[in-house]
Amino acid sequence: MQFAIQWLVDKFSFLSPISILLLISLMFIVGTVVLLLAMLYEGLGTYALRKIGGDIQVRIGPNRVGPVGLLQFLADGVKLFLKEDIVPTVVDKKLFILAPFITFAASCAAFVALSYSDRLVISNLNIGLFYLLAISSLVVIGVIMAGWASNSKWSLLGGMRAAAQIVSYEIPIGLSLLSVILITQSLNMGEIIRSQSGGWGILNWHIFHNPFVFISFFIYFTAALAEVNQTPFDLPETESELVAGYFTEYSGMRFGFFFMAEWGEIFIVSAIAVTLFLGGWQLPIINNLDIHIYLKNLLQLGVFLGKTFLLIYLMLWIRWTLPRLRVDQIMYMCWKVLLPFAFFNIIGTGLWLLIFKGKGIPELVIQLFS
Amino acid sequence: MEGIIYKIVFYLFAVLTVGSALVVVTSRNIVHSAFALLFTFFGVAGLYVFLSADFLAATQVLIYVGGILVLILFGVMLTRKVFDVKIFSGAGQVFPAAVGVAVIFFLLATVIVKTPWHLVGERAMEPTTAEIGKLLMTDFLLPFEVASVVLLAALVGAVILIRKEVRPPKVD
Amino acid sequence: MLNEYLPILILFIINIAFAVGIIIFSHFLGPRKSSAEKLSPYESGVPPVGDTRIRFSVKFYLIAMLFIVFDIEVVFMYPWAVIFKKLGLFGFVEMFVFIGILLIGYVYVWKKGALKWE
Repeated sequence: MQFAIQWLVDKFSFLSPISILLLISLMFIVGTVVLLLAMLYEGLGTYALRKIGGDIQVRIGPNRVGPVGLLQFLADGVKLFLKEDIVPTVVDKKLFILAPFITFAASCAAFVALSYSDRLVISNLNIGLFYLLAISSLVVIGVIMAGWASNSKWSLLGGMRAAAQIVSYEIPIGLSLLSVILITQSLNMGEIIRSQSGGWGILNWHIFHNPFVFISFFIYFTAALAEVNQTPFDLPETESELVAGYFTEYSGMRFGFFFMAEWGEIFIVSAIAVTLFLGGWQLPIINNLDIHIYLKNLLQLGVFLGKTFLLIYLMLWIRWTLPRLRVDQIMYMCWKVLLPFAFFNIIGTGLWLLIFKGKGIPELVIQLFS
Repeated sequence: MEGIIYKIVFYLFAVLTVGSALVVVTSRNIVHSAFALLFTFFGVAGLYVFLSADFLAATQVLIYVGGILVLILFGVMLTRKVFDVKIFSGAGQVFPAAVGVAVIFFLLATVIVKTPWHLVGERAMEPTTAEIGKLLMTDFLLPFEVASVVLLAALVGAVILIRKEVRPPKVD
Repeated sequence: MLNEYLPILILFIINIAFAVGIIIFSHFLGPRKSSAEKLSPYESGVPPVGDTRIRFSVKFYLIAMLFIVFDIEVVFMYPWAVIFKKLGLFGFVEMFVFIGILLIGYVYVWKKGALKWE
């Protein structure tokens, strides 16, 4: 975004009313594009979920609509769109209607803070990571609201469980990300990625910096699975015991928004993992290419999305493979396993940085042999 | 032009904050009141951004919306009566209360008007996170460490508060 | 810096406008044949029994309290982490004390069985 502003300032030499209006409309266009792309991804996500599920369970999966069933999500979307808009009589009407909007808006608002390539940054926030943590905590309010407003036992139970689980797992997430911040000394997503470049290719990625960060990655990934209610932590919406959890009473597009919000969150948590631990949009080969800057950014975008989709694939793989945990096991996992390990990792990373003066394993190994 | 847009946005946030705060106070349904707090907290976070306190704004959302509000909601849902809660106690303390409120209002208003507020002109917005960290670790080290003791007290208090619930007596 | 926050606000507005628009469209496009059964809450196909707003366990409240305490701690640690390399050993010791005090509380909570969910 700041490049667009810079261009406009150069073009009109000062921030005239025209350039401001242009800027605002540009932001609206960018926002709409982001939203549409996010929705396209969310649609394709549901397709991928079912196709991968079919693959893992040796079924075919959706294959009727479009080539290899690719347009299934459009059919599903149209179906949801044309469904009857049901608001049960006993619900708390105001909150019932408000809840999906809050969840949806919160999950979409997170998309602006990511760094998709070297230049493709919509909002270059210097507290980027912290903003992402904050905005994703809005989701839990939507969940409680939906659970309460529905006035159905399934919804209330699901909503309460979801809220307890989401807030619990926010602690290990916040702590495990800290060990990377100790290394990068910045919360800006672009700067975090740039700090992972260097001469040793993928060994510069933070995940290989030291053993504590390596563990942190797995803590983060486990906690993130719980944060977005994926199996084995999908207790809030367990279809076999709570029907659909907090959105049991929702149907049609209102249900659709919850569904899209969930996919949005899955993307965000994967993208955070890619940004912090796995080098973001960097790939050694592409870094050294001597090509036009636009083409390079496009390639970087591809790399970023590729890595993120790989992590999402991993999540779906886990989802279709592992059985569900019990509530007490989930709480045990969070408070008695992940939390102490996360604390240990922060202290460990701090000590490592002090002892080895900020150098990572690859640097130390090379020093040893030279 | 740019200034006007920001002014409009600023007043939007101000109206959001005050308006939702009014809903909190006036709503007859305490769950609605609790949820209205979401918009109050969010509006305040927006105002923090205008003060170039970006870290504080995110903290506001993270702690108040993600934590305190969840706590309040859980607390509200634990109560039996949700609708039409009678807050008015019925005791004849209306007059003293009115006097007290008037005095406090007068006091606050005087403070606001009389204080020679230290006005800072337009300042370039700069990252605050590192600065906060530096101050916490040097000038405000003691309050920082005391904060952890306060948090410790909160932890202990939380456990004491629900002690009986955690270990229910064996029935049957 | 405000310029960086404007897109967030705009995206919020677009999101809400879009979502509201879709819901309204869908409301008028979809069939409208409601019946008392359809508009009753789902309870596995039988008429709902008893009051829905049951008072649930106070443990949820405890979880929220624990969350706030640890969340505040995490928030304190972010500014510290950002300048960790400048602070060096001094900052490390300071944070060690901070975490240490809270770890006492953590152990206490654990020993009291408050982290156990039954």
